[in-house]
Amino acid sequence: MATEKRVVFKSAWLPWVLLAPQVAVIAIFFFWPAAQALLQSVQQSDAFGTSVQFVGLENFRNLWNDESYLESFKTTAVFSSLVAVLGLSLSLTLAIFADRVVRGSGLYRTFLIWPYAVAPAVAGVLWLFMFAPSIGIVSYGIRQLGMAWDPLLNSNHAMALIVMAAVWKQISYNFLFFLAGLQSIPKSLIEAAAMDGARPWRRFWTIQFPLLSPTTFFLLVINIVYAFFDTFAIVDAATKGGPGKDTAILVYKVYFDGFKAMDLGGSAAQSVVLMVIVVALTVVQFRFVEKKVNY
Amino acid sequence: MAIAAITAAAFSVPAQAQTEIQWWHSMTAVNGEWVNDLAKEFNASQKDYKIMPTFKGTYDESMTAAVAAFRAGNAPHILQVFEVGTATMMASKGAVVPVGKVMTDAGYKFDPKVYIPAVAGYYTSPAGQMLSFPFNSSTTVFYYNKDAFKAAGLDTEKAPATWAEVALAAAKLKASGHKCPISLSWQGWTQLESFSAWHNVEFASKQNGLAGLDARMKVNTPLHIRHIENLANMAKQGLFVYKGRGNVPEASFVSGECAMMTTSSGFYGNVKKNAKFAFGLAPLPYYQDVPGAPQNTVIGGASLWVMAGKKAEEYKGIAKFFDFLSKPEVQSASHKRTGYLPITTAAYQLTEKSGFYKENPGTDVAVTQMVRKVTDKSRGIRLGNYVQIRAIEDEELEQVWAGKKTAKEALDAIVKRGNEQLERFEKANK
Repeated sequence: MATEKRVVFKSAWLPWVLLAPQVAVIAIFFFWPAAQALLQSVQQSDAFGTSVQFVGLENFRNLWNDESYLESFKTTAVFSSLVAVLGLSLSLTLAIFADRVVRGSGLYRTFLIWPYAVAPAVAGVLWLFMFAPSIGIVSYGIRQLGMAWDPLLNSNHAMALIVMAAVWKQISYNFLFFLAGLQSIPKSLIEAAAMDGARPWRRFWTIQFPLLSPTTFFLLVINIVYAFFDTFAIVDAATKGGPGKDTAILVYKVYFDGFKAMDLGGSAAQSVVLMVIVVALTVVQFRFVEKKVNY
Repeated sequence: MAIAAITAAAFSVPAQAQTEIQWWHSMTAVNGEWVNDLAKEFNASQKDYKIMPTFKGTYDESMTAAVAAFRAGNAPHILQVFEVGTATMMASKGAVVPVGKVMTDAGYKFDPKVYIPAVAGYYTSPAGQMLSFPFNSSTTVFYYNKDAFKAAGLDTEKAPATWAEVALAAAKLKASGHKCPISLSWQGWTQLESFSAWHNVEFASKQNGLAGLDARMKVNTPLHIRHIENLANMAKQGLFVYKGRGNVPEASFVSGECAMMTTSSGFYGNVKKNAKFAFGLAPLPYYQDVPGAPQNTVIGGASLWVMAGKKAEEYKGIAKFFDFLSKPEVQSASHKRTGYLPITTAAYQLTEKSGFYKENPGTDVAVTQMVRKVTDKSRGIRLGNYVQIRAIEDEELEQVWAGKKTAKEALDAIVKRGNEQLERFEKANK
């Protein structure tokens, strides 16, 4: 039985002083903006803030009465599950292959990490150009195959486009963590299994994958947060939420109403809703998914 | 080298106490150079003031930046705002100073009548005060590819004047193998806003929002439904091909893919520089049987707003700069250079006298479309939360082109959703 290690501070104020920088950072960069959003969500004001009035829950009521906003929840659910599932499985596959490569692995890794250095808006534009109906090089290829590719008017195509861009953008991040996770699994375990006659597929599912579960869980949370909060630039550049409103995910509307249309009250109300959803999702993940994770 | 440095230093020493005036704008490339040249010319013309133009991103980006700066007490003196943001600026009473007041306070005679009526009317408050300074105004026109017209056996010197003629021309173009006979840029602006003014029907009540904040959308009249239905039918037959929102479709005209297009007059420079075919400019098509059509089109582009809370001396400088910009010679040169409208009647006459329109056929279409007599239904469209309403127009029209909604369903939805935005804006800006 290991003895309990616990540092005891003799003075009462020292632990608070040591905590202070961290608390200050969180307060300034998280609690203060969050409080501002809460405050603005119950106000309506003109763009310059010269006339501000308290409207209670009216901004939320407006959202509730907006059918297209309610529709946007479904779009967001589809989008973020696709991004998380595809992003995680693709990058895990890539990490497994990169882990096995002996020669030139540094080169592969560099190439795989590259997309992370690209700004989301640039990623959106890049994919937009490749898949644009009239000028895109990939859409030309698709048309040669006999498919009528039209993300401008076909919602499934548009959704596919932003999912691809969002996944591509996030793959590097996931890849890095998966690769590090794979490399931290002791080689002896895998060698022992190999000697027992386990094929690579079985070795992966019975040894590597369970040992990777903390990494996978962490990445799941990160990817969902990414899909919810970080993807508005991709949507803005690639589809502008169209066709109709079929790719207008929640965060895109927050961005559009707040930064393009200057409707600060409405935008703040939406970010509060978004904040609540992500908090709820995180709680669910930690309550239920985490039970399946072995640390 | 050393001598050059010394002389440069000597020249850059500001003549005693020059007042600097910040001007935030959204002009890129060729138009950005134009803005810088205007500032340079003004700065060289006098010694007391220095205009400092700064590019702050796209129209909506620079407006967001100015809002943030204003809240932090750092707003620029002059801000270029697109027409869609006009209602927002007008409602922000404490944030801006009416340009009419800036001019008269500084001792300049300011007569709104010298401006082209459709331009001045747009930036004038219901009480008759000019609120912002018209700068780069554009309007919607019709472009067509003469080479494609020739290949299809159409008259290259006569653009289709009515929508029936457009459909006929499109059918011929398609028969001759053209994949995209017509596409539309800024579909809300060209097919609903300009369309309404052009046919002298209301787009929204209260003179399209110019007469008050309690305006409501009116775009689901039989005429509007008929037009959108007509376009939807053309889309079904592959005569009209949807190419995206905003000015995105413009590229498909320049590349030769689409043979006809409705878009901004400010697109002229791009086509002239990049198109590898002969092209023509014409007025927007209309429906012959509608009484009063064609009327005039509404303006787009941007104007200059003067921000509140600056020093008296700085306002004098702003007034002097605006006085400089109003000179017919300066205006006319800008018009010729950019394709934006001449904003004063004098500048238009000066340009005409110089023979510019004769040498560059088509450049006068935008002007003649605008200088007609305006009515209460065609003065312009100024509505609150208009950025959102434009997005709603795009969303609903896309449903029509995709065959998911009928024209009536989509237009009813635009009215309903647009009115929600208008009600909210009215409430927030009482």
